[in-house]
Amino acid sequence: MSQSAHSRHRLGVKIGLSVLAVLILAWTTFPVYYMILLSLTPTDDLFRPGLYISNPTLSSYIYTMTHDNPFVRYFWSQIWTSLVVATWTMLAVMAIASMGAFALARIRFRFRGFVSGLTLFTYIIPASFLSIPFFKMMADYDMLDTRLSLILAMVTFASPYALWVLSDYARTLPPEIEEAGAIDGAGAVTTFFHLFLPLILPPMIAIGTYAFLYAWNEYLYALLLLTGEQHIPLPVAMGNFLTTDNAPWNLLMAVSTVYSIPPVILYYCFKRYLVSGLVSGAVAGT
Amino acid sequence: MTSLFQRRTVLGFLFSAPILVLFGVFVLYPMGFGIYYALDADSYRALFTDPIFTQTLQNTFWYVVVAVNIKLFLALLLSGILDYPYPWIRVLSALFLIPWAIPALPGILSFRWMLNSQWGIFNHLLTKFGFESVPWLAQHDTALAGIVVFHIWKYLPFWTIIFLAGRRAISHELYEAAAIDGAQPLQNFCYITFPLMRNLYLICLLLSMVFTLGDFTVPWLLTGGAPGDSTHVLATLAYRYTFQMGRLEWGMATFAVALPITLLFIFILLRWVRI
Repeated sequence: MSQSAHSRHRLGVKIGLSVLAVLILAWTTFPVYYMILLSLTPTDDLFRPGLYISNPTLSSYIYTMTHDNPFVRYFWSQIWTSLVVATWTMLAVMAIASMGAFALARIRFRFRGFVSGLTLFTYIIPASFLSIPFFKMMADYDMLDTRLSLILAMVTFASPYALWVLSDYARTLPPEIEEAGAIDGAGAVTTFFHLFLPLILPPMIAIGTYAFLYAWNEYLYALLLLTGEQHIPLPVAMGNFLTTDNAPWNLLMAVSTVYSIPPVILYYCFKRYLVSGLVSGAVAGT
Repeated sequence: MTSLFQRRTVLGFLFSAPILVLFGVFVLYPMGFGIYYALDADSYRALFTDPIFTQTLQNTFWYVVVAVNIKLFLALLLSGILDYPYPWIRVLSALFLIPWAIPALPGILSFRWMLNSQWGIFNHLLTKFGFESVPWLAQHDTALAGIVVFHIWKYLPFWTIIFLAGRRAISHELYEAAAIDGAQPLQNFCYITFPLMRNLYLICLLLSMVFTLGDFTVPWLLTGGAPGDSTHVLATLAYRYTFQMGRLEWGMATFAVALPITLLFIFILLRWVRI
C-alpha cells in the first residue's frame, strides 16, 4: 500500500468512527436529555412536545422539595427510606463479604468449593424468582412493611457479587499476611482485623458502593415488601405515579433526575472496580 | 497436622457463616417453599390453557433470546470502537456509560413519555415530517419492541465495558505478529480477537440471559403488560397472578416453568466460572 493510500485509509477510518460516535452519543444521551428537559418544562408547555424549551423553569424541583403537590407529599420521607435501606445494606454487605472473602481466599478449608459454589449460585439465580416465596415468608413472620425485611432481601442478593470481587482481590495479596500474623502469635480474628481488612480497603469501598446502589435502585422487592405512601422508598413512589391518568410528568422527571444523581456520581467514581469481578472471574474460567 | 486441618475447617466455616446463613434462610428456604407450591399439577393445566400465558412465553423468548443476543453482539462491536486510542474516544466512552449509571426507573419513565401516543416526542417528529403517528405502547408489536429497545439501551454499556476489558487482556504481540503477516482488521477479529474472547462472550451470554429471564422492572414499568396483558414476561405475569388475582400457586408455577433452563444455565456457568 502506498503512503498516500495508507493515510487516505486512516482518514476514512477516522471519518467512519466520528459518524458512529455521533450516532452512539445521540442514542445514549437523548433519553437522559429528554428527562432533564421535561423536568424543566413549565406545566403549560407539557403537552407541546419539542426538542428544546424556550422558557425553562425550576418550579418542578421547588414543588418537589417543598412538598407543594399531592404527588410529592412524602418526597423527603421516601428518599430517607431509600437512603436508610441502602446504607444498612452497604454496611451489612461489607461485613459479610469481607468475612467470606477472608475464608475463601485466605483459608484453605474443606467445603471451600461448596461455599463458593453456593455464592455463585445466589449471584446468578434471578432475584425475582425468589420474590413470591420471600414475600410469603415475610408475611408469615409478620415482617411485611418493615425496612428490615427489605434490607435482608437486599443484603442476600448483593452479597454474592461483593464476595466474588473481594475474594478475587484478596487472592492476589502475598501469603506473608498469615505468616506475619502467625509469627506475632495472632489468631485468625486478629489477622482479619489488623492485617487483612486494611489491605482490602480499596475494593471494600467499591463493593460498598455497589451494595448501596443495588439497594438504592431496587424496585421489585421494595414494591412487594413495603406499602403506604409514607413508608415506601422513592422508586416505588415514582412507579405509583403511573397508575394515575393525569400524572404530572414534569414533576415525575424532576424526581427522576434527583433520584439519578447519587448513582451517577458513585458509578463514575468506582466504575473501574464494579466490573472487575466479572471479567477476572470469566478470564479465570477460561 | 490433623488438628491444624480441623482448625482451618472450623475457621473457614466461622468466617463464611454469615453468607451461609443468608443463603440457607433467604435463598434455600424460599426456594424449597416455592417449589412445594409449584408442585400442584392443576396450576400447569390452568397456565397452559391461559392464552395470556402462552403469549407471555413468546414475549419472554423475544426478550431473553433475541434482545440479549442483539445487545451482546452490538456490545462486542462497540467495544472494538471504544478500544481505538484517540483521546475523544475516552470522552465518548465516559458519556456512553450514562444509561448504565442511572437507575432503570428514570430511563423507563423517559422512554414511556417519549413513546406516548399523543404527547410523545417520537410521534411529534413523525407527524412533523408527514408520517402517520404510531400508538407505540398501545399495540403489542411496538410495545414489545419498546421493551427490547429499552433493554438494549440500558444494558449495552455494561456489557461493552466487560468486552472492552476482555479485549485489553489480549496480548498486543499477537496483533503485531499478525500485522507483519499483513492481516486486515476483519482477519484480526476472526482469527485473534474472537477466538480469545469466545469464552468470555459465552459466559456473558448465559449470565445475561439468566438475568434477563428474571427481569421485572423494565416490562412492568414500561408497559405493565398492556395492551390487554399481551406484553407480559414471566416475572410480570407471576406478579399479576399472585398479587392481582390472588393465585399464589400460579405465580410460583410460572417461575417453575423457567426453572429447568435456568438451573441448566447456572450449572454450566458454575463449571466455567470460579470464585
